[in-house]
Amino acid sequence: MLASRLFTVARAFPKHAALGCLVPRLKHTLPDLCYDFNALEPVISAEIMKLHYTKHHATYVNNLNITEDKMADALKNGDINTTISLQPALKFNGGGHLNHTIFWTNLSPSGGGEPTGDLMTAIRDDFGSFENFKKELSATTIAIQGSGWGWLGFNPVNGMLKVTTCANQDPLEPTTGLVPLLGIDVWEHAYYLQYKNVRPDYVKEIWNIINWENVTERFAKARMEKLQ
Amino acid sequence: MHPVCILLVLLSCFSVVSSGTSAPYHGIEKYAEEYPLPKLPYAYDGLEPHIDRATVKVHHTGHHAAYTTNMNAALKEWKNDDTSDSLSRSSLLRILQNLQDIPVQYRTKLRNNVGGYVNHALYWGCLSGNQGNRTPTGTVAADINTVFGSFSAFREKFTAEAASLFGSGYVWLSRQSSTSATAKPPLVITTSQNQDTPISEGLRPVLVIDVWEHAYYLKHQNLRAKHIGDWWALVDWEAVNVLDGWWAKMDVKVHEDL
Repeated sequence: MLASRLFTVARAFPKHAALGCLVPRLKHTLPDLCYDFNALEPVISAEIMKLHYTKHHATYVNNLNITEDKMADALKNGDINTTISLQPALKFNGGGHLNHTIFWTNLSPSGGGEPTGDLMTAIRDDFGSFENFKKELSATTIAIQGSGWGWLGFNPVNGMLKVTTCANQDPLEPTTGLVPLLGIDVWEHAYYLQYKNVRPDYVKEIWNIINWENVTERFAKARMEKLQ
Repeated sequence: MHPVCILLVLLSCFSVVSSGTSAPYHGIEKYAEEYPLPKLPYAYDGLEPHIDRATVKVHHTGHHAAYTTNMNAALKEWKNDDTSDSLSRSSLLRILQNLQDIPVQYRTKLRNNVGGYVNHALYWGCLSGNQGNRTPTGTVAADINTVFGSFSAFREKFTAEAASLFGSGYVWLSRQSSTSATAKPPLVITTSQNQDTPISEGLRPVLVIDVWEHAYYLKHQNLRAKHIGDWWALVDWEAVNVLDGWWAKMDVKVHEDL
């Protein structure tokens, strides 16, 4: 089922073959969206989905490719200054691409309700109840100052679930070590055309389209990787 | 005295008293029990066709109003908690200039909400629908030429900063701290994230653009560059010079108080 497919971001690293011979790098691309732009209505409007995917996410992809090209050149030339100065753009655009790729899979037109099985057990173990978890993720996400994301993450060190936030497009795993399971985008572009300044309404409604199958798959994969 | 003369005298007294509408940032320099949402110097459609009525309205009555409410609540909580703390009974300016002295349990909330209140007051205060004030003038324009070489060089740099700011924030033109009561300190472009403000760095902002998405999303969606163009078309250089002069008076007062 397409909706349950885990997206892996197209990896593209320079393949250094013989000295001076560089295999052309693969470019990052927008992942396929598993549903139409209007599929998440009335929670997220088609207008927002179209802009968010074709403009915002696409810009992150485009700028990530540009930044990686510049980075490859700088590395090839041994230009440490440039390599370092490109890092904010790499984090911003790379993080933007990673985050949105996860986000589209976290949502589904047939989503909502509550998780079951191992994920529900883990949520109850680590938060007391699903209601407690929902309250914590909602409140923490709403309270983000400026632009950022609320996350349910998996801690590979202690095997526990954790709610946390990241600013701007800072990607969860490199920033905190937590494996991302479920993200809520609260950049204003994610909701403004529909909800204006009333972020709490958007965060309240988004629970109706959470794709628990996808979150469960991510959790299972993270747990299995921890056991290895 | 002839009744017409009495009337004229009374009218001129009245006009002296009420001359000049209050700028949105007036009052941030003196303590008040509670702060009102500053009035805009124009109607909600007063910045059309550049910034649309719907945006100005939700920006003012939604966002700026929320910062006002949350700021007042946080200040009240802080004051009630410690009746001896004099910083909690200082002006908003002084609070922003001394964030590190706010008790840690209130610091983030006040940094964000006092910042949000003051930043928006300054943002509104630099704009107008008055076509007559679009040319850079006065001391600020002269000092821009000195520091940046030309107005267009300044505009290019300011615009580039506004376009490339990651996330939510502002771009500012400020004067550095005054070291002398007579000489004008140099101008500098800086940026800030979220509701941080150069006032906390000891700077005196004279011009600011809000590049949070809420400042432009209804009209321009992802196209921030268009918002920046709209904003340039609304900068009121007389208001910018007035703000510059307002800071100078603040500095004079500081020197007198010392």
